[in-house]
Amino acid sequence: MDALPAHMRPERSFQGFILALQRFWAEQGCVILQPYDMEMGAGTFHPATTLRALGPKRWNAAYVQPSRRPKDGRYGENPNRLQHYYQFQVIMKPSPPNLQDLYLKSLAAIGIDSSLHDIRFVEDDWESPTLGAWGLGWECWCDGMEVSQFTYFQQVAGVECAPVAGELTYGLERLAMYVQGVDRVYDLNFNGRDGADKVTYGDVFLQAEQEYSRHNFEHADTAMLFEQFKMAEDACRKYLAAGWQENLKSGGNQKEHLMALPAYDQCIKASHVFNLLDARGVISVTERQSYIMRVRELAKACGEAWVHTEAGRAV
Amino acid sequence: MPDLLLELFSEEIPARMQAKAADDLRRMVTDKLVAEGLVYEGAKAFATPRRLALTVHGIPARQSDLKEERRGPRVGGPDAAIQGFLKATGLARIEDAKIQTDPKKGDFYIALIEKPGRATIDVLAEILPVIIRTFPWPKSMRWGERSAKSGSLSWVRPLHSIIATFGLETEEPDVVKFAVDGIEAGQTTFGHRFMAPSAIAVRRFEDYEAKLLDAKVVLDPERRKDTIVTDAKQLAFAQGFELVEDQVLLDEVAGLVEWPVALMGSFDEEYLTIPDEVIRATIRNNQKCFVVKDPKTGKLTNKFILTANIEATDDGKTIIGGNERVIRARLSDAKFFYETDLKTKLEARLPKFEQIVFHEKLGTQAERIKRIERLAAEIAPLVGAEVEKAKRAAHLAKADLLAEVVGEFPELQGLMGKYYALAQGEDASVAAASEEHYKPQGPADRVPTDPVSVVVALADKIDTLVGFWAIDEKPTGSKDPYALRRAALGVIRLIVENTLRLPILNVATSALGGLLDKRPREAIVDSQELPSDLLAFFADRLKVQLRDQGARHDLVDAVFSLGGQDDLLLVVRRVEALGKFLDTDDGKNLLAGTKRASNILSIEEKKDKRTFDGAPDAGLYELPEEKALAKAIDQVKSEAGSAVAKEDFATAMGAMAKLRPAVDAFFDKVKVNDDEPKVRENRLKLLNEIRAATRAVADFSKIEG
Repeated sequence: MDALPAHMRPERSFQGFILALQRFWAEQGCVILQPYDMEMGAGTFHPATTLRALGPKRWNAAYVQPSRRPKDGRYGENPNRLQHYYQFQVIMKPSPPNLQDLYLKSLAAIGIDSSLHDIRFVEDDWESPTLGAWGLGWECWCDGMEVSQFTYFQQVAGVECAPVAGELTYGLERLAMYVQGVDRVYDLNFNGRDGADKVTYGDVFLQAEQEYSRHNFEHADTAMLFEQFKMAEDACRKYLAAGWQENLKSGGNQKEHLMALPAYDQCIKASHVFNLLDARGVISVTERQSYIMRVRELAKACGEAWVHTEAGRAV
Repeated sequence: MPDLLLELFSEEIPARMQAKAADDLRRMVTDKLVAEGLVYEGAKAFATPRRLALTVHGIPARQSDLKEERRGPRVGGPDAAIQGFLKATGLARIEDAKIQTDPKKGDFYIALIEKPGRATIDVLAEILPVIIRTFPWPKSMRWGERSAKSGSLSWVRPLHSIIATFGLETEEPDVVKFAVDGIEAGQTTFGHRFMAPSAIAVRRFEDYEAKLLDAKVVLDPERRKDTIVTDAKQLAFAQGFELVEDQVLLDEVAGLVEWPVALMGSFDEEYLTIPDEVIRATIRNNQKCFVVKDPKTGKLTNKFILTANIEATDDGKTIIGGNERVIRARLSDAKFFYETDLKTKLEARLPKFEQIVFHEKLGTQAERIKRIERLAAEIAPLVGAEVEKAKRAAHLAKADLLAEVVGEFPELQGLMGKYYALAQGEDASVAAASEEHYKPQGPADRVPTDPVSVVVALADKIDTLVGFWAIDEKPTGSKDPYALRRAALGVIRLIVENTLRLPILNVATSALGGLLDKRPREAIVDSQELPSDLLAFFADRLKVQLRDQGARHDLVDAVFSLGGQDDLLLVVRRVEALGKFLDTDDGKNLLAGTKRASNILSIEEKKDKRTFDGAPDAGLYELPEEKALAKAIDQVKSEAGSAVAKEDFATAMGAMAKLRPAVDAFFDKVKVNDDEPKVRENRLKLLNEIRAATRAVADFSKIEG
């Protein structure tokens, strides 16, 4: 790390911080993916986690995923809350026996020294009703601050995980704020430069937070969104139905699926559209539950399709 | 005798599960040992975030040998019987069996079965893996490579290693040889995750505990708690302050650390404008830190105490700094929420309740608030509260449920309502009702006394009870999802402890009316029966409460059985007076006499297939005892009757006592079943009069004993 130029050090720049995490997990044998090109509420929705967590094949990956939480928008006025932020996601299947140690080493790689800081694993059972998924694990605390989620997936998209995958999710802005010692997310040094060359998180994202907050709470076209939800749901089902066929290699007695990924895109879409409608406050308490159920049904059907694909099935 | 040491070393066990897990481990292992005939001297179990440990000392090294004689078939019996006998006893040939001669039944085979006791270490090797595989974690999980196969081990979090040693204090112990899902039992553990992570070889409990301590792990949770409390008090005291003790938080925090280090941090004094309860909830719930108060004012100070898991190389400066940042951000949120809440009047929040469903069949929260208001106005005069104040209090009591602070900390519901009501200049009684109307929450909780609070508390609970009764969601068995038993007990305590006169049947009927005004009739079941059905539920709760207090619950039945008893205060008073009366000799004898009369009557009523109602004919009395009893009954009826009318149950019971000598004398001298049918009938009618007279105070037939 001493070889790094100052502006690339994880405690100096947000981008250096991300690169340090990527380099660390690449060293552990993870494929470093780029963000999925769709709007989603959390890195877990990325097919590299949701779908790849299923089936018996080995899978180790890490990536940054922009996460959209329309309801969390604060017009750029809250020092911590954002409607768009970054998660760093690691998935390792099967979960290696030393995953906790690897996690702690990754913290060291971004400048968190475990002889100075109080790092704790505090019970947190993870459940995603929309994904039909649950797992057990912890919130990881550093000096009283939750900096990551650590989960052993037990079930995803309604399918039992066999083997179990370990999932780590780092809240990048929050961790970087701690490492850089700033109290306001917009004050994060993005590029690690000083003076006129310095670019802050605010320079990059403040305007976006203001504009999207207006959009999410006041102007998002609800008639269109209701229609889009319906369309995504229909399309997902259509692609799922079209994707099933007899597996010719197996002598015709097993089914396989040929379009799980495009179908799952529509599930991601429906989920994000629902989040937007929810932020606009046009979904009542009772309806809310039924929308969540509808997305879950899609996720489960996609999971079922996935375990009948080349990447998702045995052998 | 040898000792067992068992340690199950895993990733972090949730704090709330540790104590029970340690206890389960001790119980399961010792129960199994006893079932195997291995009686031990003592056992103790411990838990830290990363390990469950158990020591059982004084276990015999071997099971004792068992000798058993088993009797077999007759000599020369059928071959099938002999083969079966050989199989059952494990004998190779029938010649190996003894022959016993029985003078009456002939000769029999006898097998001498000797079952040598096994070495305890072998027994342990058999039972420990079973216990590990069947351990009752509230929630458990699979992990790693092996989770691909079915039948893989489930544990609360990944299990990494097992220590199992067995042996005498003076010798090198043996490892109990077993493996669970690829983890072989051995004698290696690990120290503190950060301060002493290396492997440690251990032999037995004594060196295990000592070596762990050297490796910065305090095994005993009680010792960790002591350290935290002592150090935290000391830190507070050094600054002239006092720790706000919190047992639940302490238990949790002790389950989050293996090496507790208490540290004190502070926050900006500007946050002390937030109510203490909000500061405490923020710091406690979110950060698991203790708060500190100034003993001079009793108010919180701007300090907090955290419990770290390490001795940091900078003496904790970084850790304190980090925690202060988080607490500052949390308090800043809390302050923002609190101040935002203060900008909105409570009544301005109410329209939102029209969108919030209380229960699908019982309508929105707004409808419910209107019902409570209406009922409160009705009950207020009975409780001695001003109607307008009661209505206002009921109107506002739930409004804080939509406040930001309550959204963040639901346990502050009611309390925040009180603060916000006071801040907007509401009457003190009206404001207090926001907090008080939720009380009493259970048998140990305080009962409100301010009339306005009492009214809203009653209206809220009665509306809940009537509502769920009306949609047939009554508690069944152990299921009581809407806490209706607690609500009913709350109503009883509110009435009795405030000595209120509240005709429950009328109030319930009226509450039901309020419900029917707005809700569709088809949602409501059996509305005619509802008030009396609900009254029976109150009677049950009252019985349970009296039983819990050690009082006689059968007396509740004796009083309710009179019918029309919907004034709970009078029921309780009657029960009390009855209980006292039955403690006297007069009471006991009168009860015996009345029971005797009832028994004779029910036998004769059955025989004649008729009742013996109606006044006896004075002309048919033959003996002085009959006349005396008739006179006593008349006297007692009138005295007890007028005393009951004055609700003076002690006097009524006193009057009852006068009945006793006449009843005793009657049974002594008078033969009820006289040969002359008319006399017999008249005497039975007189007996019926005893029963009728005692019903002025209670149905004696329901009293036990």
